[in-house]
Amino acid sequence: MMRRANLLAGALLSGLFVLAALASFLWTPHDVTQIAVPMKLRPPSAEHWFGTDQLGRDIFSMVMVGARISIAVAIVAVGLGMIAGVPLGLAAAARRGGWLDELIMRGNDLVFAFPAILVAILITAVFGPGAVNAILAIGIFNIPVFARLTRGAALGLWTREFCMAARVAGKGAARISVEHILPNIASLLIVQGTIQFSLGILAEAGLAYVGLGAQPPTPSWGRMLAEAQTLTAIAPHIAIFPGLAIVAMVLGLNLLGDGLRDLLDPRLSRVAA
Amino acid sequence: MRPPLRAMVLAGALALTAGMANAQSSVRIGMQLEPPGLDPTAGAAQAIDSVVYGNIFQGLTRFTETGAVVPALAESWTISDDGRTYVFKLREGVTFSDGTTLDAGDVVFSFTRAVAPDSQNAQKGLFAQIEKVEATGPLEVTITLKQPQGSFLFNMAWGDASIVAPESAATNATNPVGTGPYVLKDWIKGDRIILTARDDFWGEKPAITEATFQFISDPTAAFAAMMAEDIDAFIGYPAPENIPQFQADPRFQVLIGNTEGETILAINNRQPPLDDVRVREAIAHAIDRKAVIEGAYYGYGTPIGTHFAPHNPAYVDLTHLSAYDPERSRQLLAEAGYPQGFTTTLKLPPPSYARRGGEIIAAQLAAVGIKVEITNLEWAQWLDEVFKQRNYGLTIVSHTEPFDIGIYGRTDYYFNYDSPEFRAIMAELDATSDPEKRKALLARAQEHIARDYVNAYLFQLPLLTVARKGLKGLWANAPAAATILAELSWE
Repeated sequence: MMRRANLLAGALLSGLFVLAALASFLWTPHDVTQIAVPMKLRPPSAEHWFGTDQLGRDIFSMVMVGARISIAVAIVAVGLGMIAGVPLGLAAAARRGGWLDELIMRGNDLVFAFPAILVAILITAVFGPGAVNAILAIGIFNIPVFARLTRGAALGLWTREFCMAARVAGKGAARISVEHILPNIASLLIVQGTIQFSLGILAEAGLAYVGLGAQPPTPSWGRMLAEAQTLTAIAPHIAIFPGLAIVAMVLGLNLLGDGLRDLLDPRLSRVAA
Repeated sequence: MRPPLRAMVLAGALALTAGMANAQSSVRIGMQLEPPGLDPTAGAAQAIDSVVYGNIFQGLTRFTETGAVVPALAESWTISDDGRTYVFKLREGVTFSDGTTLDAGDVVFSFTRAVAPDSQNAQKGLFAQIEKVEATGPLEVTITLKQPQGSFLFNMAWGDASIVAPESAATNATNPVGTGPYVLKDWIKGDRIILTARDDFWGEKPAITEATFQFISDPTAAFAAMMAEDIDAFIGYPAPENIPQFQADPRFQVLIGNTEGETILAINNRQPPLDDVRVREAIAHAIDRKAVIEGAYYGYGTPIGTHFAPHNPAYVDLTHLSAYDPERSRQLLAEAGYPQGFTTTLKLPPPSYARRGGEIIAAQLAAVGIKVEITNLEWAQWLDEVFKQRNYGLTIVSHTEPFDIGIYGRTDYYFNYDSPEFRAIMAELDATSDPEKRKALLARAQEHIARDYVNAYLFQLPLLTVARKGLKGLWANAPAAATILAELSWE
């Protein structure tokens, strides 16, 4: 029952942000590029639900559009990681113990060895700040996560009878990987994808905070926080709302990930029961 | 054994009173930037002068708070009728902090070193007109100029023209030896520099015997340090949004003055379509300075219409040439062949005036059809991409050197501006020493660049100083980067 509550709360929270992000394409209460300096730093009111920022822009609208940027960056980055990481993991498992396995896994270790945010900063410093480079940086760090997860799960499956049977039937390693292994680890990947998605949101906010994410005037939660830093004493609302948005989004995705795991991984629920 | 409680209380009380007594003669000053070295004659960083000017090093003349030039190491001087020969009479009994005595030889050495081919001096232009420097007596120096130079005494007041001794000149960056009332006590790199008053100072003993310069680059940390009274004064306070809070707090005083920083929207004059003067004029008319100042600096800052400090007596108010007029702006763009506007880049360095001002200006330019792509850069990247490679369309920066209109005559400068007429005005100015004629020439120079719309001139960067109540003698204005410790005292 408790687990269902997790799933529900997670889905609701994340769904809310996805909805806000989608809605922002069609409508925001105010134009996020509309600067009205005389209206700056107004506290929340009926007209500006979350108040206005240091240049008089509507924070509610900025949080909505910021959700769009965060979600887009995280989805594409996680997608990149999956598209590159899963085949790599499958290949490594298929050639377990061979030189290809070694090459892929040591390459993985190499990427793992660096703190993710550091390399992200390196990439954006070399290629210039911007949303695309932030996506690339975060995406690259998702590759080893998925490669390792896939390989680990696939290794266990390769020794199972149905794989043996497939080999006896004359199927090649690639076909077995796609037809038999992949469907069996799909739920695992979905759960991991959700968790990585929340990490992607955090990473995007972190990069934007140090000025390496989406460039102004595109609103971004991380940069809103950075710009609010010196103003927190006089106008706390301009830090609170983007901060809350990050917390709620990441919390929602984590709850969703936990809930999905419990739902999709029958072994776990048996143990719990 | 029981701890001797009474002794401990006594010791505590003693420590407390010692601390209080100490507070009367010491001062802790916050600054944003740490100097790379401490030799003012071998570095362009303003932070060097902020620490050493007038404290460790002195020149023949010096600036006062109002920007006037008064005698320092030179007690007096005479100028020949043709304006080419200056005879300086040095003060008697001046000693360097290593015990050596100042004589005419040190002055000759200092200027010879500054103009030498291998000189590290960042402002060689100051000495460009010097033909020869001679010691004509133990305390008398005669300087002959190639041609009369009206600004020569002003130039001699710069930190870059400080007098150094041949024995110590090479090591001044780390172990500064000057004639000023203070010496370096300790330098904890990345954190603070401590200066202490010299026992053997030749002049009047200053009230402050020990000063700590604490380097705090982060505006939030600066706010916290000031609020906690970890520092006594912050010169060049970086977060204008906090000023009302300090003003309302009885523990603090706030000084709002001017710097020499002309904050401009610099334009790459060679990059099409910005090479068209009509396009540049359109940009100028599209900008509402009032909104920029309000948004970028919370209303502190004087609008400027040319590259000149408003507190300078020779300043001409030319803001009307680039008054906010979006209609005129659109019209000019149409005349120039861009009725639909165009797209360019806006590269912004880290200070908040640039980042906030940049977003406001981007919105204002968008209103007349000019789309700008903003890129936020760190200083090192900005210096490389914008200043060196000139790979930019627009940028926002504050030019903090005093009296720097001459940069418009430099064809190799990052504006990419090239005007023989302007260079002719500057050449004439350099050869003129009559104050009235100089003023007229300066007015012409100011108008020339304003009418050429070389850059869009925004506002004079204010100097915000927050200090604890009771600290007296702080400069409200900064005619040059300087923190004159000898003028400070606690009441």
